[in-house]
Amino acid sequence: MMRDLHALLTPRHALGPLEIRRENLAFVTLPASNLRGFLTELRDTQGFSHLVLLTAVDWLEEGQFQLTYMMNNRARDLTLGVRVMLDRTTAQMDSIHDLWPTAATYQRELKEMFGITFPGSPRLDEEFILEGWTDLPPYRRDFDSLAYSQQTYAERPGRVTHDPREYMKSKLYPGG
Amino acid sequence: MKDIDETFRKIDATVPLREELRPRTVTTPDGQEITIEPLKDYFCEAAPKVHPKAYFQIVENFYNWARSNSLWILGFGTGCGAIEMRPLMTPRFDAYRYGVQWRPTPRQANLLIISGYLSVKTLKRAIRAYEQMQGPKYVIGLGSCTINGGMYWDSYNTIKRLDDYLPVDLYIAGCMPRPEALLHGFIELKKLIRAGKAEGTNRYAENFASYKAAQKSVIKDWDMPDYNW
Amino acid sequence: MSSFHWVQIPYALLTLFIVLNYGLIMTAVVQKIAARVGGRHGIPFWQNYIDLVKNFAQRSKITHGVMFYLGPVFRLAGGVGLLLFVPTIYGSTWAQNFSFAGDLVLALYFVFFGTLGMALGAGESGHPHAAIGVSRGLAQVTMAELPLALAVYAIAVQYHTLNITEIVAAQQGGLFHWTLFTNPLATVAAMFAFVGTMMRPPFDVVLAPQEIPIGPPTEYHSAYLALMQTNRAIFPVAKTVIYMNLFFGGASSWGEFAIKVFALYMVSAFIGVVHPRFRVEQSIRFFMKWGVPVGVLAILMV
Repeated sequence: MMRDLHALLTPRHALGPLEIRRENLAFVTLPASNLRGFLTELRDTQGFSHLVLLTAVDWLEEGQFQLTYMMNNRARDLTLGVRVMLDRTTAQMDSIHDLWPTAATYQRELKEMFGITFPGSPRLDEEFILEGWTDLPPYRRDFDSLAYSQQTYAERPGRVTHDPREYMKSKLYPGG
Repeated sequence: MKDIDETFRKIDATVPLREELRPRTVTTPDGQEITIEPLKDYFCEAAPKVHPKAYFQIVENFYNWARSNSLWILGFGTGCGAIEMRPLMTPRFDAYRYGVQWRPTPRQANLLIISGYLSVKTLKRAIRAYEQMQGPKYVIGLGSCTINGGMYWDSYNTIKRLDDYLPVDLYIAGCMPRPEALLHGFIELKKLIRAGKAEGTNRYAENFASYKAAQKSVIKDWDMPDYNW
Repeated sequence: MSSFHWVQIPYALLTLFIVLNYGLIMTAVVQKIAARVGGRHGIPFWQNYIDLVKNFAQRSKITHGVMFYLGPVFRLAGGVGLLLFVPTIYGSTWAQNFSFAGDLVLALYFVFFGTLGMALGAGESGHPHAAIGVSRGLAQVTMAELPLALAVYAIAVQYHTLNITEIVAAQQGGLFHWTLFTNPLATVAAMFAFVGTMMRPPFDVVLAPQEIPIGPPTEYHSAYLALMQTNRAIFPVAKTVIYMNLFFGGASSWGEFAIKVFALYMVSAFIGVVHPRFRVEQSIRFFMKWGVPVGVLAILMV
């Protein structure tokens, strides 16, 4: 089923190769400019009417953000993950809040946690879960969570960290 | 252990006050021009006072006995520990027989249980709730997250040491502590109250400035009055 | 009976004291029964005393204005006033309190008085929950009082008096002289009102901690709350005394008083533990559908 769909839509939307994970779960990558047309066609003619989630992955070494739009066809129990790669420095993407109103919330979250902007998305600049955040977006991988927490939050002295492997070895085999 | 990276540090950045909280001039429906300052108009600015104990020791002891046997918890769960508080109401643990009960409003509660990790955003609410409670009031820190950060020791958004921000009377260690540990904590707190050692309310009033400084150092967008009585 | 003697004042205070203790212990016992129904051990029966002392012992309190002070005072005055103007024990020289001809009308007023005072006080606290709770409470209590008012008309017509003592006197002489048997419809109508105004499930949406948190007393704390707790002990008993006098033959001794009030209170407690909570409009509809027609029928039957 997924293969048929892929074969049908590839010429029109310049899809990448299909990665099949399960019988009803697959992923596909496509250029960012083709996303809107592809999602519209999935929704209107192929029955993928449900946007399950919209999330991002930070590929720091490649200098890219990956957006994943999970689409679900409820009638046929199919899930298709649509991936788009963005440039990490501009970090900008078209908003799809007019296709699915729920997408606006996801886009707000991505704006706050990754710093990816979606121009035109409603309430994009309002704070989502963080309040008064003054630093890098915290889900970016160049944000150093440990250093930030040590600078910001007072610690109680006396906390000891063990290497789990060495610690369990010394506990279980005290003789060596 | 310190792993400080100064490259991204922007601690000095200030967060602008939300628009609806800024002082401004508005026109009333009947045409008057009035200035409103939302953070001052609706709140009393008086700092907390130190309340003395009863004059006679025997009266104070009697009061403390009553307080210890009538712990009213504010039903405010902050982390996973809130799940551990629920079974206490059920037939299996039944904390009501120790005089413990849950109140829905901070005004009527006198025990605040910080049940688990406290994010900065929740800390703001916890401070407000605590300040609205009437003294003598007690704070229990539940779980290792409130003691030294626990498993959230490197998180970007949770505080690591509760007693910097609120006067904690008692910690219950564990991740998570079982409801039995909570019951034991109540009994220990009762002993503290009866011994007259649970004076967190007055400690908070005495060290008000340092508590506020600590709170403001982590809450970057301080959008409430300094004291919410 | 109609003349006033100074000795009535300490007598009335003694009645008040007995009723306060009785109310504190009885509400605790009722809570304990509810806990046992749920399989719990429940609170100790002296818990209400401790809570009362604790609330009086709170060191700090705040105010929102004059009416905020007066709200609990009005509420307590409603409970105490209700008790003081109703003869508690029939035939007793000292537990007659200040009853007089036509005291039934005054008693009906006092049933409502506390709620009104509370509305003003809670309204001034400025908390939205309090305002919502007050409007719910007034709507529900007004509706629940309607069957009672109808039932009172019915028995006033039946006994040709508005004096509670005379109504009780007319019911003496055995079980079958009680209004319960001479005018069962009025009794049924009044019991609707009784269950409806006792603030127990299924009609406790106003005060339930799980709803808009705790309703009108949201902002009340410390000594204010202690006053209201005192009222919570006195008021149900005082209200139950009225019902006992009007419909169940009154009481001629403190023992009979204790048993009858407890039995009546249990009616609402038992209904409470087995029923889920009504929303306000549901309970209003319930009273319109069942309480009011029965009350009208009761008047017609007389």
